[in-house]
Amino acid sequence: MLMAVRRASLFWAICLFCILALAGRAQEKPYFVTYSQDLEEPGNLELETKSALLRPDGGNRGGAMAMELEYGTRAWWTTELYLDGQTTAQDSTVFTGWRLENRIRPLMREMAVNPVIYVEYENTSGADKTVLEVVGHDGQADLAGPNSELRMQHQHEAELKLILSSNLKSWNVSENFIAEKNLGHEPWEFGYAVGAARPLRSAASGRNCTFCAEKLMAGVEAYGGLGDTSSLTLRDTSHYIAPLVGWQLPKGVRLSFSPGFGLTASSLTRIYRVGFALEFEQVGGWLHHLQGGGA
Amino acid sequence: MMRRTLGILCLVLSAALAVGATASSRWEHVPAKDHARANPLANKPEATAAGAMVYRDHCLQCHKAEAQGDGKRRPSLRSERIRNASDGDIEWFLRQGDLGHGMPSWSSLPEAQRWQVVAYLRSVQ
Ligand code: HEC
Repeated sequence: MLMAVRRASLFWAICLFCILALAGRAQEKPYFVTYSQDLEEPGNLELETKSALLRPDGGNRGGAMAMELEYGTRAWWTTELYLDGQTTAQDSTVFTGWRLENRIRPLMREMAVNPVIYVEYENTSGADKTVLEVVGHDGQADLAGPNSELRMQHQHEAELKLILSSNLKSWNVSENFIAEKNLGHEPWEFGYAVGAARPLRSAASGRNCTFCAEKLMAGVEAYGGLGDTSSLTLRDTSHYIAPLVGWQLPKGVRLSFSPGFGLTASSLTRIYRVGFALEFEQVGGWLHHLQGGGA
Repeated sequence: MMRRTLGILCLVLSAALAVGATASSRWEHVPAKDHARANPLANKPEATAAGAMVYRDHCLQCHKAEAQGDGKRRPSLRSERIRNASDGDIEWFLRQGDLGHGMPSWSSLPEAQRWQVVAYLRSVQ
C-alpha cells in the first residue's frame, strides 16, 4: 500500500516537473469563438479548457467544458483535438463528443488581411452545450431538453471556416465565415464570428511582472447564425456580443474570461465563459529526444 | 460535382503552398520602404532590456539562450546576415516570419515589441 502511494507521488512529481520544465508563454488572443491568424508555434502543444455557464429558457442551469489539445504541426499548419462534456443541474453529467480540426495558412507571407482555412470533423451529440460556434438557426430551445433526449441526436458534421485576420500595430481584427454540414441529409448551415483585441500596453516594460498592462488583453467578439441553404436569413437566428479579458501569467498559463449577451429572442440571455490554457514548448523535439532521435 | 470542387480546392491549395515554400531567401524581398525604416527605440538601453524579455518569452525556445541557434534548422541570430541587415529588414522579417521553413510570423506581437527585439538582437552581435 505504502509502496503504491510512494510510486503514485513519484509519478505526479515527475509529471509536475515535466510540466514546469516545458511550459512556455505565447501571446494569444482572448477569443473564445473567433479564430485569428495565430497558429501554434511548430513543435508546441497547448492544453486549453474552455468552460461555458448557461441557462436556456425552460431548461436547467448547466456548465459545459471543451478540452482542447492544440499542436503546431508546421509554422503554417495547426492541428487540434477537442473533447466535450457538460453537466446540467438536476439532470446528469455527460461526455458529448469530440472534434478534430486543422487550420492552414495557404499563403506564406504576411498581408493586410491573412486568410486561414479551417476544416473540422465533428462527432458530437445534441447535448453539446459548449456553444463554441453558432450556425443556422441554433437557439436556446436546442439546449433546453433533458440530457437523456439530447444525447440521442447524433451530429456527424463537417465544418469549413474561412478565417480572415489582420494585425495592425497592437490590434488584431478577425472575421470568420462558417459553413457547417450535418453529414446526414441536412442543408448547409452558415454562421459568422468577428472579434477585435489588443494588449493594454504595447511595449514590454522590461520588468518581470505578473500583473502589468502588457500581460493583459482586452477585446470584444460577436457571433451568430445566418440560416441555411433553404433559408438564408437572420430570422430565428441567435446572435451574441461578448467583451473579453485575457491574462498571461508566468509559466505559460493563460486565463481568459468573457460574459456573453444574447441579442435576439432565440439567443441565450447570457453565457459566462472561462478559459484556462497551458502551453508546452517544443514538445515535438522533446518526444524525438526521448526516442533517441535528437530534435 | 462535389468531388470536382474538392479536387480543384486541393490543387489551388497545394499550388499556393508550393509557391510559398519555394520562395527564395526572404531577405531578398524586403520592400525598400521597410528596408529604410530606422528603429524608433534604438539607443534606448531600456528597449534592449525589454527586448531581452520578449526574446526569452517567444524566441529562446528555438534560437536558444545566447541566440546561438540549435545547430540544426533554427539558425544562430549572431551572424553576418543580421549584422549587415538594417533595423527595418529585421523588423520586416519578424513580421513576415518564414512559414515554409519553420519560422513563425510575429505580426501578432505589438509593433513596439518587435522593435524592442531588434534592439536586443543588435546588442548580442
Ligand atoms: C518555432 C521555432 C522558432 C521560433 C519560436 C522563432 N524562430 Fe526565428 N527562425 C526559426 C527557423 C526555423 C528559422 C529559419 C528559417 C529559414 O530557413 O528561412 C528562423 C529564422 C530567423 C531569423 C533569420 C535568420 C537568418 O539568418 O536568416 C531571424 C532574424 C529570427 N528567426 C528571429 C526570431 C525571433 C526574434 C524570434 C522571437 C520573436 C524567433 N525567431 C522565434 C524558428 C523559430
